Amino acid sequence: MSVTEPVILATSRWRGILQWAACGGKCARSLESLLIPLGALVVSLLLFAIFVAFSGHDPWAVFGSLYVGAFGSWFSWQNSLLRASPIMLTALCTALPARVGLVVIGGEGAVVLGGLTAALAGIALNGSAPPGVVLLLMLVTGAVGGGAWLSLVGVLKHYRGVNETISSLLMNYIAIAVLNFLVFGYLKDPATLNKPSTYSVGEANMIGNIGDSSVHWGVPLALCACVALWFLMRRTTFGFSADIVGGNVRAAQVCGLSVGRVMIIVCCLGGAAAGIAGAIEVAAVHGRANASLNAGYGYAGILVAFMARHNPLAIIPVAILLGGIRASSGLLQRVHDLPDATVLVLQGIIFVVILASETLYGRIKWFNAK
Amino acid sequence: MNGEDIGAWGVLFAVLGGAVRVGTPFLFVSLGECLTEKSGRINLGLEGNLIMGAMVGYGVSYLTKSPWLGVLAAGCTGMVLGAMHALLCQMRRVNDIAVGIGMMIFGTGLAAFLGKPLIQPAAPHLPSFNLAVWSDSPILRSALEMNALFVVGVVLAPCLAWFLKHTRWGLMVRATGESAEAARALGFPVVRIRLLATMFGGFLAGVGGSYLSLYYPGSWNEGLSTGQGLMAVALVIFARWNPMYCVYASLLFGGAAALGPSLQSVGISWGYYLFNAAPYVLTLGIMVATSSSSRRLAGMPNELGKVS
Repeated sequence: MSVTEPVILATSRWRGILQWAACGGKCARSLESLLIPLGALVVSLLLFAIFVAFSGHDPWAVFGSLYVGAFGSWFSWQNSLLRASPIMLTALCTALPARVGLVVIGGEGAVVLGGLTAALAGIALNGSAPPGVVLLLMLVTGAVGGGAWLSLVGVLKHYRGVNETISSLLMNYIAIAVLNFLVFGYLKDPATLNKPSTYSVGEANMIGNIGDSSVHWGVPLALCACVALWFLMRRTTFGFSADIVGGNVRAAQVCGLSVGRVMIIVCCLGGAAAGIAGAIEVAAVHGRANASLNAGYGYAGILVAFMARHNPLAIIPVAILLGGIRASSGLLQRVHDLPDATVLVLQGIIFVVILASETLYGRIKWFNAK
Repeated sequence: MNGEDIGAWGVLFAVLGGAVRVGTPFLFVSLGECLTEKSGRINLGLEGNLIMGAMVGYGVSYLTKSPWLGVLAAGCTGMVLGAMHALLCQMRRVNDIAVGIGMMIFGTGLAAFLGKPLIQPAAPHLPSFNLAVWSDSPILRSALEMNALFVVGVVLAPCLAWFLKHTRWGLMVRATGESAEAARALGFPVVRIRLLATMFGGFLAGVGGSYLSLYYPGSWNEGLSTGQGLMAVALVIFARWNPMYCVYASLLFGGAAALGPSLQSVGISWGYYLFNAAPYVLTLGIMVATSSSSRRLAGMPNELGKVS
């Protein structure tokens, strides 16, 4: 685990560097954690350029379209932000449990279950309560659904020692099966033939757009969630105790921390964030629950969480970058006739290179000498 | 009464047939993952190997008209991806699981990118070739239809078990998985052992992928794999890191996955989608029942506890 590794690595010369970095070299250190990922980004773009060149396209033109499609205009910015917001929330789902040393990859299932419960609440309350109340309840039930789903991972880990990575992975598939069962069964709206979906939650109950833009209010909600959870994890006693549990479980127990409780709460919070992502997808985009809920937001979130090194604030720019790359997929297809999987390749290259760049931390003399 | 009887037998046969048909790719990925994990490393990226293997296997067998060359090419592709995974993971501070997810997304994307031309034109030329060794009339029951790759996998499992238990190399792999430090002290090349184990695991996952595109479902498309590679990790835990148990686990898993369609074929369509979750619920249930918070799982390589 990356959280515990500083402890393991703190032998001989590493200890000196780490101590020095913690006390005096704060500036050099933050410079390092900015420049290494940026350098990795440049390297991965270079690799992607080679890949594009090999497939017979002009890399510069492709980069141009990538930029235009992602951040070239207000229109593409809106598009990128819309795609980034669910990824931010699913990234939190991996980033928070990572602080206590758990590798949870169950964001996909939490999105699905959160979206499903939100849709259930919306369908049940549609028309019988004021729209604002229905919307609020949808978001709350989405959070509760996702949170309860993933707190099960924490419970199984703590009480039964079940590996959290595997259990959360299995629960993804179970959640998708439950969604399909309801979408093709009891909750199926007979009017939705092409893409079977649940009944609508009601047009009036949906999240509106900000002003006359195409950005809905779910985007600021996701941003607020990142900031709030950053505050919780970095500036409160709870966040500190989570870090202790992540650093050394024995030490946490000696401190009298309730390790199991911290683990379960953190998993629950992560699941709630992903559940809200599902609720927003239902309440702002589709108006009903259907297979669009498992569109891979959960797996993209895992990428973002690792790239942001599990820092909720760093998740924001990384998710926007990834959302931008995904948003430009259509333009690449139209202009260069590249398959839509091109952005997946780019995403994979960036992710692998940034992960590999983790190895450089503390090893580049220049940062240490500064 | 009689009709009910046939119905029940029909379900049983369909489940048995499904166990072999659906279980074969699981068998290959779990055997590969088993060896990789025995050396103390987790490869969650087998999904990428699987789907790249499916694409390359399909492409090569389309071009050369030889499905076995396709299988070999698929395996080699998987091996290359496995080597990439191993090289990335051996770097300090690089997380196995995250690299696995990265390789999964990279592999899936690359397969979809390169496999685009294979979706339409290739399908009629080489639909699904039949590997059936002693298939009776296909109308009788597909349960009796064996595919050659399944036979290969079933033969491979005891070989792998024997290799791990009775050969010097197997001992080196296990020692590396139990304690990298001890293995290093004994003079074993830890990095190289893990590299080879991951490459071999990747090879098998690629072969498993070629099964998907060349036998069942038997054509190439982007959504071919539905998490079989990811499930390898769960299956290996399920099989207690024992290659022979991998066979049983894969069959059980394949059978559970075939439960929904089989019930549907005899007219029980209620809960079809719910039965899709059967293999996952089963795995989770067994993991919950057999895990303990106070001790390690029996058979688990010690080094794995350190990485995840």
